[in-house]
Amino acid sequence: MKKVTNIIFAGLGGQGVLKASDILAEILFTLDYDVKKSEVHGMSQRGGSVSSEIRFGAEVFSPMIPHGETDYLVVLEPTQVEVNISKLREGGILITPADLPLDKLSNPKAANTMFLGALSKHLTEIPEERFIEVIKRFLPEKVHEVNIEAFKLGRG
Amino acid sequence: MTKKLLLSGNEAVAMAAQYCKVNLGVGYPGTPSSEILDEFSKLGGKAEWAPNEKTALEVAIGGAFAKGRTLATMKHVGVNVAADPLFTIAYSGVPGGLVLISADDPGLASSQNEQDNRRYAISAGVPMFEPASSQECYDFLIKAFELSEKFKTLVLFRMTTRVCHSKTLVVPREDDYPAAVINYEKDAKSNVMIPAYARIAHRKMRNRLAEIAELNEAGEFIVEKMRSSEIGIIATGISYMHAEDAAPEASILKLGLTYPLPLERIRNFASKVKKCYVIEEGDPIVTETCLANGIQVVGKNEIYRYGELNVNRVRRILSGDVTPEAAPVPGKPPQLCVGCPHRKSYEGMKALDLIVAGDIGCYTLGVLPPYEAVHTCVCMGASITTGLGMRHVMAEEQARKVVSVIGDSTFWHTGINGIVEMVYNRPATGHVVIILDNSITAMTGMQEHAGTGFHLDNSPSKKLVIEDVVKAMGVDNVDIIDSTAEYDAYCELLKKRLASNDLSVIIVRRPCILGMVKRKGK
Ligand SMILES: Cc1ncc(C[n+]2csc(CCOP(=O)(O)OP(=O)(O)O)c2C)c(N)n1
Ligand code: SF4
Repeated sequence: MKKVTNIIFAGLGGQGVLKASDILAEILFTLDYDVKKSEVHGMSQRGGSVSSEIRFGAEVFSPMIPHGETDYLVVLEPTQVEVNISKLREGGILITPADLPLDKLSNPKAANTMFLGALSKHLTEIPEERFIEVIKRFLPEKVHEVNIEAFKLGRG
Repeated sequence: MTKKLLLSGNEAVAMAAQYCKVNLGVGYPGTPSSEILDEFSKLGGKAEWAPNEKTALEVAIGGAFAKGRTLATMKHVGVNVAADPLFTIAYSGVPGGLVLISADDPGLASSQNEQDNRRYAISAGVPMFEPASSQECYDFLIKAFELSEKFKTLVLFRMTTRVCHSKTLVVPREDDYPAAVINYEKDAKSNVMIPAYARIAHRKMRNRLAEIAELNEAGEFIVEKMRSSEIGIIATGISYMHAEDAAPEASILKLGLTYPLPLERIRNFASKVKKCYVIEEGDPIVTETCLANGIQVVGKNEIYRYGELNVNRVRRILSGDVTPEAAPVPGKPPQLCVGCPHRKSYEGMKALDLIVAGDIGCYTLGVLPPYEAVHTCVCMGASITTGLGMRHVMAEEQARKVVSVIGDSTFWHTGINGIVEMVYNRPATGHVVIILDNSITAMTGMQEHAGTGFHLDNSPSKKLVIEDVVKAMGVDNVDIIDSTAEYDAYCELLKKRLASNDLSVIIVRRPCILGMVKRKGK
């Protein structure tokens, strides 16, 4: 039995990587999992590589995912696949821009929510409504509609 | 049901500070510590940014002299700046409660070195806590104040990047905590460190530490899990978490109050297992202390002294693997934002092929392509002084090419001392200082400072004006220019000032674009 699930969001500063992982961590938190989320802040506003790691399960110790043990690797920017791919476990799931109908987005700023939608398909233990609920709680009202649309497009 | 929260270590510390009614939080920003005071202020605490860490710690000391409960926050290198008051307050102690947070950065996520500030506890002679999770950040901060008030000593609270920034679950307390009773009493024998009093205070400090070591032995801050008589692991801080994942079958001795160490508990634990490892990030401090006290432990190979530990590295340490580690694929380095006011400033310096004595801030990125303009960078405030040293020693032709480049927050931090040195010990060729005034502390996430006109909580403040100050200090020429809007004039001005033997300060003034977003959002 696998006790802890490991997820990475990766991309470049300004793409909403941290926001997407904040939303997911909050969802898992409301579902009473033990959750740990780890990222290195610092200079992300200058467009460098950013990644955020989430671990959840009954009991999580290290906030950092052991190398090569990531179950889901969500990469928001094509160049960042190479940087992160060795972190994925064998048989783990990779989600990249190529997997998503990004051209259907009415607002490109909602791309991160589309990636969250694509990931949500795999996290069958989380009800869809919970995603919608927390997305609404985390984002300003004027962008609710476009983000929920993006989430649903991603979820497919 | 108990309330549960998902908090970063920094948020948990802020919440604990608010819970135990800290009277004042003072600090200087620095990754990974910066969010603590912002969060404390948002929760209703009184918090302020000092111009530098020495100032911050001294203000906190004053509050604790008045029997208040005060908190000073800074990054690891900030403690170097605050080391002078630290080493003496360690002797005298304080009548109130005083906790100094040192946020260390093993792995240099955003720092100029990865010094291990656990050494400060040993060297100054103050007790130290090392939390491993946000819950421990919360619990230990309260314990740190209790220890501080009980033993009348400053307590060092050593966090690391992963502890500061990881979000983990916290159950906060809901009962009411007694506020500090502020009743100042004169006690010069304790609080004036003339040699006669300090000799006594030094002995008192050592006795205090002995008592705290005894208290530590009692086990309140120790977690012992006997699971195997084969392998035992002694771990501190975040390393404990990695160890649990790497070796769930091993016995564990986790330490929370890590100076002074509970040596008898450690000795006892080590005697119960065949092989006892110490898993600690950074310097081999616990390892060496154990070995020096005749406790047989196995430390890590020197290759694990560099960078952060993680689960894989702990597995390697336990299996004695010293083969070279695979280098991570490098990510994209950060860059100056599009529209950053520093860009044009460097373009001009590069075009003139100047020798740039640099400093620390977003503008340090001027060392990378496409500018590659920065020649040196040591620590905050060092640009002006190192530039002066070059001017004094170099032959005239080369000396004329030296400029010192410093940001506004860094100017108020310790750069201002360099202006004093410049006016007092003037190089024969004069000097040119470029102050990149983007009206914010950008690098560390948009904090206010003495020159922005706002306090930490965004309320208006008296605004210190760089040009008024440097003029009053006796600098010959003070110009203010926007290198983006007036690029040619900026280059001409630079040339003119470099050609003279004057002492010149050029203030390049244009706001940081992310700083403007912050101000608009207010
Ligand atoms: C002693 C010390 N304290 C804090 C820091 C963290 N730090 C690095 S640069 C900086 C300030 C940068 O502000 P400024 O000089 O205004 O430049 P900007 O980033 O806005 O361009 C701080 C606080 C440090 N490196 N050293
Ligand atoms: S945050 Fe501000 S100072 Fe830093 S690179 Fe961006 S615009 Fe420049």
